[in-house]
Parts: sequence; C-alpha cells; structure tokens
Amino acid sequence: MNTATEADAVIAMQRIHTRFGSHAVHTDLDLEVRRGEILAIAGGSGSGKSVLLREMILLQRPTSGTIRLFGEDIATLTAAQAHALRLRWGVMFQRGGLFGALSVRENVALPLREHSALATDMIDSIAEWKLRLTGLPADAGLKRPDALSGGMLKRASLARALALDPELLFLDEPTSGLDPASAAGVNELILNTHARYELTIVIVSHDLDLLWQVSDRVAVLGEGRVLAHGTMEELSRHAHPVVQAYFVDSRRREKRTLHE
Amino acid sequence: MPSTTPTPDDPQPATIARLAARQWALSGRWTARGLGRVPQILAAEPREAGDIVLEGSQLVALDSAGAWVLHHWLRGHAPATLRGWPPHLQGLMTLVGAQSDATLTQPQKHALLARTGESTVAAARQAIALLHFIGEVALAALRVARHPRRLRLRHVLRNLQIDGFDALPIIGITAFLLGVVVAYQGADQLRHYGANVFVVDLVGYAMLREFAPLISAIIIAGRSGSAYAAQIGTMVVTEEVDAMRTLAIDPIELLVLPKIIALAVALPLLTIFADIAGVFGGMVMARSKLDIGFYEFLDRFGREMQGAALLIGIGKSFVFAFVIATIGCFQGFRTQGSADSVGRQTTISVVQSIFLVIVADALFSVAFNVLGL
Repeated sequence: MNTATEADAVIAMQRIHTRFGSHAVHTDLDLEVRRGEILAIAGGSGSGKSVLLREMILLQRPTSGTIRLFGEDIATLTAAQAHALRLRWGVMFQRGGLFGALSVRENVALPLREHSALATDMIDSIAEWKLRLTGLPADAGLKRPDALSGGMLKRASLARALALDPELLFLDEPTSGLDPASAAGVNELILNTHARYELTIVIVSHDLDLLWQVSDRVAVLGEGRVLAHGTMEELSRHAHPVVQAYFVDSRRREKRTLHE
Repeated sequence: MPSTTPTPDDPQPATIARLAARQWALSGRWTARGLGRVPQILAAEPREAGDIVLEGSQLVALDSAGAWVLHHWLRGHAPATLRGWPPHLQGLMTLVGAQSDATLTQPQKHALLARTGESTVAAARQAIALLHFIGEVALAALRVARHPRRLRLRHVLRNLQIDGFDALPIIGITAFLLGVVVAYQGADQLRHYGANVFVVDLVGYAMLREFAPLISAIIIAGRSGSAYAAQIGTMVVTEEVDAMRTLAIDPIELLVLPKIIALAVALPLLTIFADIAGVFGGMVMARSKLDIGFYEFLDRFGREMQGAALLIGIGKSFVFAFVIATIGCFQGFRTQGSADSVGRQTTISVVQSIFLVIVADALFSVAFNVLGL
C-alpha cells in the first residue's frame, strides 16, 4: 500500500477481516505503521477504530488476515514471544484503565515492580519522576485514580504506559472528554513524549485539533477499510465523501442553524 | 567487551567497571529489565570526590530506569562527563539530570490509636447512615401505601421469581441434607435410651424453629443480598442512580422497595419449603437408621408438633428478609467511585447480613425464652 520497506514497518496489517456474527467491522483492510512516526487512526463512530487498536495490541484476533508486530507474525507467536512483545509497547486506554485499588504512583510503579529487579524505593522515585514528566502536580501520586480529573487521569495513564520506556505507544482517544485547554495540554504532551523517547505512536482519535497538531500521518477508516491515508493537508483535498465530511464539518466553526 | 547489536532474545546485562580514578566504563543494556543487580553494586561503591567521567561507548541501551539509577548514584558528585556516549542516550541523561531530587511524599501512616478512632467514627457514621436509610425506605413505603399505583408490581414479581422461585433447588437440597444430618446425629444418642421415636420431635423442632429459617436466610443473603449490593453499586458507579434522581424517579422506590417486598414474601415461603425438605431428609434418615417408617414418622409428627413452631420459624424468616434486603441495598448505595468499591461493598453486605441474621436469631431465642414459647 505504500513504499516503505518491511524493516521500517513497526506494525504491518494485511487483508484484515473482522466480523462479529453477521456484522463485518473490517473488510480487507491494510495498514502500516512506520518506525518513528505518529500515525492517527480516524473515522466515525462504529468504523472499527478501537477494534483495530485492540487487534494491534493482542487483545483481539481478526477473523482473517496477517498482522506483523516488529516483524513477527502474530499467528505464530509463542506465549514467551507475546510476553516479550507486550513489554515493548505501552497503551493508554480511553478511560485510563488505571487500577482503582492502587494509588496513581503505585499504578505507574506496577510495571517496573513486575518486570525489573529494582529496589522498591528506586521504583517509587522513578514512578514519581514519570508522573512529573507528564505534568502532574506533586500531590497527585498518592491519590486514587477516581480522585483525579479527566485531564489528570489521561496524564497518569500516559505515565503508566511509559513506565518501561516502550518503543511503541498506543493512545486510545487521548483527548476525549477533555476541555479544549486540557486537550491542548495533552497534545503538547504527546509531542514532547515523542521527541523525548523517539518512539512510534499510534493514536485513535477523531479530535481534529489533535489530528492537525500532532499526527504525521492519518488513516481514515470507513466502509471496513482504510478509505484514505496521508498527511492532513493531503486528506483535506481528498475526494471521498466520508473523508470530505470530516473536514467540511470541522471547518465550519460558526454556530449551526437548522434549515427546514 | 565485544560490542554487538542488541536483539530481544539476547539481552546483554548492564555492567559498570572502574577504569581508573574517577573513570567508569558502562556497558550492556541499562534498562529496567537489564539492570539486574547493578543498583545494589553501585550502592556499595564508595563515592569519589571530584568530576566523574563515564565512558559509554559500549552502552547498548539506556532507558529512564537506567538513567535514574545512574543519576541517583551520581547525586552529590560534580556533574559527570559523558564520554563516547551515543547522542540519543545523552539526551536522556540531560533530562534526568534536570530533575530536582525532591524527597518522595509517602502516604501518611496513622498510629494505632488514631486508626482505632477512625474506624470507630466510621462505624458510628455507618450506623447513623443505616438508620437514615431505613427512615428513607419507611417514608417511601408510606408514599407507596398512600398511592398504591406507584408500587412497581412488575419489579416485585421479577424479584420474586429471581430471589424466590429460582432459589428453590438450592434451598431444597441444603435443607434436605441438613435434615439428614440432624437425624443422623440424634439417632445414635436416642438409640442408647431406646427413645428412637423422639427423632421426630428432634428433627421437627430443630428444622421448623431454627434450621429452616436460618439456612434459607444465609443462602438468600449470599445469593440475593450480594446481588442487590452489586447491582445498585454498579448503578451508582455508572451514574444510573444519579440519572434516576434527575428524572424525578426515587431510586428507593424503584430499586429498594420492590426488593424488600419481594424478599419479605419469598423468604417465608422458601422457609416453608425448607421445612418440608428438611423434615423429609430426617424421615429418610430415621427409616434407614432407626427403623421408623414414613407413616409412623408422619403420624407422630402430626400429633406432637405444634403449629407455633412453624409460625415462629416463618415469623423469624420474615424479619430476616427485611435484614437481608435492607443491608444489601444499603451497602449498594454506599458504593463510591470505582469497580473496586462495588466488590468491597458486596462482600460487606453478605458478611453484615449473615451476621445480623444470626444476631437477630439469638435475640429471638432470648425473647422466646422469656415469653416461654
């Protein structure tokens, strides 16, 4: 589908079909994520964005098609290989996915506790550092996740996703439910993180500000496949009506009035 | 040390070696997983005065955990010079170096006395909240009594089916086995005195007055009380209860009253069913161990048993039903925030309702003793 070589592709999905019962979510979908880029997956509700993300992070298998993660075909993964792969990426879930029984700092410390031999106080201070890097105030670490505001929850969730310095970061709707100021803060945080760790980022979002400001490339899902992909500039000139609707709608920021 | 390209299958562990005074060579993967025992080794190394040179040409990888460990070790030294480091790794060291080493705030730990005080106050608050809740339920019941059309009959019937009818098999089997056990335990003793036939009185009174209401209540507390707490708790977390209030629907009227009414009907009926199953279990045991036939058993049962025993058991189960439904719903409404809290409140509801059922049962025994029943 594009000219990038196999080695550049962190994720390569080919001929993906996904169906739930009689409902087809993906029909013959191809998508590639290149090393070091920020790829945004956009599309309307029900276009299969989240399902696609779940397939990338081994939470769900497509009905048919091949997925290669870091060059490894997931169809032939052993449990040990899957474990090793999972340590190479971090995921920030839409509603945070933070463990309610743990404090925010313990949430960030958990991956380090599980997967390293570091001493507890060292892990705590690394977790606290990660939290500070995401711009959380000093007292947030001891709070429970349910005591955090939406924007802080996203930041804490990002800190946990980054706990093991992953090479690949998945963000599911990182700005959903946030006010514009917090959303702008999250956008900046994503760019900072990208520059800091030189990682590959996959974002599922339909927040246009985020798509314009953060993404290198956008893939628009619809009709069960990738309708269009390219930079936002390129997409804004795309002819497909679904892609067009995306842009036309958004440009009209003035108040809408009903015409009978 | 040979310099090789890293592969995930062959992680080279992190090492640090002292080349000369104030000169250290790093190699391997300084990552959370590759560090191994390096932090402990570093902690044991004596600090050196003056500038430190860190030779990094053999470094394979460095992540924030590794950078933090180094930063932690270098604290107190003059800024270290990085020699031969891959450029992208230097950036991480600069980033970690910019961090002030603020001491970690730790969660406050209270002394034993303070904790005791806290839990006492919490228990008292909970008792007050329970009273408040009972009051609200009573008011809602009065409202419904004045306007009977507001009774959610459909919900009551649905709860009757789930909490009553669907519980018949488990209650029946448990009570039957309990009857078998009681008769078996009694059989041996009674045979010593040649008083075989008194097994009828034993099984009859034990089941009707005590075991049938108690075992039904305990099973229903585990089966329905927990379900009430979990259902209402989940609705609190997902803001459904708030939504109900904003729609001017009283959650007590819609969620609590139907459950209490249904259980107040279902539990006494289940108790009668448990009476029958339990006595039948006793009959089976009496026939096989004491040679008392079914006809003989029932004949004596009809002559000796008083209706009061049955009524006392049913009356008790009526009270138990209120205890279980009220505690289950009350704990559900006390859920706060997260899914974790739903689980906790559900557990509390079961433990508390079984505890209160047994307390109530003991109080009944005392009261009946005084009344001579």
